[in-house]
Amino acid sequence: MDYNKIIAPAAAAMRPSGIRKFFDIAAEMKDCISLGVGEPDFKTPWRIRDAGIKCLEKGKTTYTANAGLKELRQEISGYMQRRFGLQYDPVNEMLVTVGGSEAIDMCIRSLVQPGDEVIIPEPCFVCYQPITTLTGGVPVSVPLKAENEFRLTAEELQAAITPRTKLLVLPFPCNPTGAVMEKEHLEEIAQVLRGTDIMVLSDEIYCELTYGENRHVSIASLPGMAERTIVVNGFSKAFAMTGWRLGFACGPAPIIKVMTKLHQNCIMCAPTTSQYAAVVAMRECDEEVERMRQEYDMRRRLVLKRLAEMGLDCFEPRGAFYVFPSVASSGMTSEEFCEKLLYSHRVAVVPGTAFGDSGEGFVRISYAYSVRHLSEALDRMEAFLKEIRAQQA
Amino acid sequence: MERLLKLLEENARLSVEDLAAMLNQTPEAVAAQMDEYEKQGVIRGYKALVDWEKTGTDKVKAVIELRVRPKKSHGFDEIATAIASMREVQSVLLMSGGYDLQLIISGHSFQEIASFVAKRLSPLDDVLSTATHFVLRTYKKDGVAYGEEETDEREWVTQ
Repeated sequence: MDYNKIIAPAAAAMRPSGIRKFFDIAAEMKDCISLGVGEPDFKTPWRIRDAGIKCLEKGKTTYTANAGLKELRQEISGYMQRRFGLQYDPVNEMLVTVGGSEAIDMCIRSLVQPGDEVIIPEPCFVCYQPITTLTGGVPVSVPLKAENEFRLTAEELQAAITPRTKLLVLPFPCNPTGAVMEKEHLEEIAQVLRGTDIMVLSDEIYCELTYGENRHVSIASLPGMAERTIVVNGFSKAFAMTGWRLGFACGPAPIIKVMTKLHQNCIMCAPTTSQYAAVVAMRECDEEVERMRQEYDMRRRLVLKRLAEMGLDCFEPRGAFYVFPSVASSGMTSEEFCEKLLYSHRVAVVPGTAFGDSGEGFVRISYAYSVRHLSEALDRMEAFLKEIRAQQA
Repeated sequence: MERLLKLLEENARLSVEDLAAMLNQTPEAVAAQMDEYEKQGVIRGYKALVDWEKTGTDKVKAVIELRVRPKKSHGFDEIATAIASMREVQSVLLMSGGYDLQLIISGHSFQEIASFVAKRLSPLDDVLSTATHFVLRTYKKDGVAYGEEETDEREWVTQ
C-alpha cells in the first residue's frame, strides 16, 4: 500500500522534531552528559505518590467526571485564589486535562477556525504552532529579542495583530528562554488587548518556578483580562509529576464548556489515580515545591556564573529551569555548536532553533540536574570553548 | 548561612566561588563564614565517603550496644570520652532506650573486633554489658545510597 496517499496531508505535513536525530546520536554515545531534558530531576514528593498508591489500593479505578474530580477542581480553585488571586468556579470554569499539553490542544481547537491567526512569541515550547496548523489556523510568529530579555513587548504584539487575529499564546515563564513577564510587562500587553476580541492562552506551567523578587503574576489577574484569558497550568513542573500527565485549564465558562465537550470525546477524563494524587499535591505540598524551587535557584546561579566565566553571553533568566545563552561568540550556528560539543566533548544541549527560527544563535541548557552533573558538563563545555577559541586565534 | 552548611554537607568540594554564586554571596563572605564555622567547631572536618566494599579491602564493621554505670559526678561523659579516644571506635552516641552508648567499630576482621570487645571494652570498670552486631551490608550512609547508581531515565525532549 502507498501509505503516503492514505495519511492525511495535514498530519503528514506536521514538522517532526528537528532534533530527534541529534538526540538519538547522543543517546547511543557512551559517557555522554545531557543537559537536554525538560522535566524535573526530583521524584514526585512521597506523599503525592502515596496518595496515588492508596487510590489504587482502594480500587478507585473507574473514570472520573469528564471535567475532573470535583474534589480536585475545588482544590485547584482554592490554589488559583491563594496563589494568584484568581477566582474560578470549580464547576463551570475549570477542566482537568491530560497534562498542560492537552489543555493547550483543547483551547486552540475550541477557538481557532481556518484562517484565524494565532500569535506565537518565539522561541517557545514546540506544540503551539503544529496544533494551530492542524486546526487550519495560521501561526504568526513573533521573534522575541535577547535585548528585551525575551519578553513580548506591546509594540511587537501590536505589530502582529491583524483583523484575523484570534488568539495570543503567552507562555511565561518561558521554555526555552527562562524569561518571565512581570506585572508591569503584562499590563502593557493587557492594554493592547482590552477592547479587542483577541483571546489569550496563558501557558503558566512554570509559574511556581520563578527566582526574582516577585512571584509569578497571571495576566488573568489584571483588570478586564480574566474574561479574555484561558490559563493553562499543571502539576508536571512544580510538583515533579511529569509522568502522571495532569494539567488543567481555567477560563470563561462558555469556552471551558466547549473544551470539556472536545475533551469528553477525545480523552474522556484525565487519569483517575493522578487526580487523587493531585488533590494531595494541592493541599499538602507547598513546602516541597518551595524546597525544589530553592534548589533550582542555586543551580541556576551556578550555571550562570560558569557560563559567564566561559565568556558566553546570557541574560539572567528568572523562571523555569533553563538558561538560554548566546553562542554567537563561538562563530557557529546553534546546530553546529551543539553538534561539535556533542561529538568532541560528549555534552548534549539543545539548539535554540528547535524552539523556532528566532532561537538561532542560542542554545538551551536545562539545570534540572544535580550539581555534580552540572559541574561536570560545564567543565566539559568550558574545555570545548577553550579549544574553539584557540583554533580561532 | 545555614544553607552554606547544607551545601557543604552534600558536597564539600564545591569551590568557594561556586558556593558563593549558588548562595548569591561574595566569595569573600563565604570564605570568611567557612573559617568562622571551622573555628567554632561547627564544621568538624571534610572527608570522602568511601565505599570500601568496592575496593575489595577487608573491612568489618560492628555496632555495639553498651550498658554502662554512670558516674555520680560526670554522668556518662567520662566513660564515653574514654571509649571515644580508642582508635578503632568510629562513633560514640549516648542513646535513649534500652542501652546507654552505641559504638560503631571498624576493623580488618571479625576476630579483631571480637578481641577488641573482649579485651578492651568489656574489662572497663563501668561497662555492665555489651551486645555486638556485625554489619552485613551498607545500603545508605550519611545520606548517600551505596547501591548501584540510579540511571537517568528521562527522555531528551523539547518539553
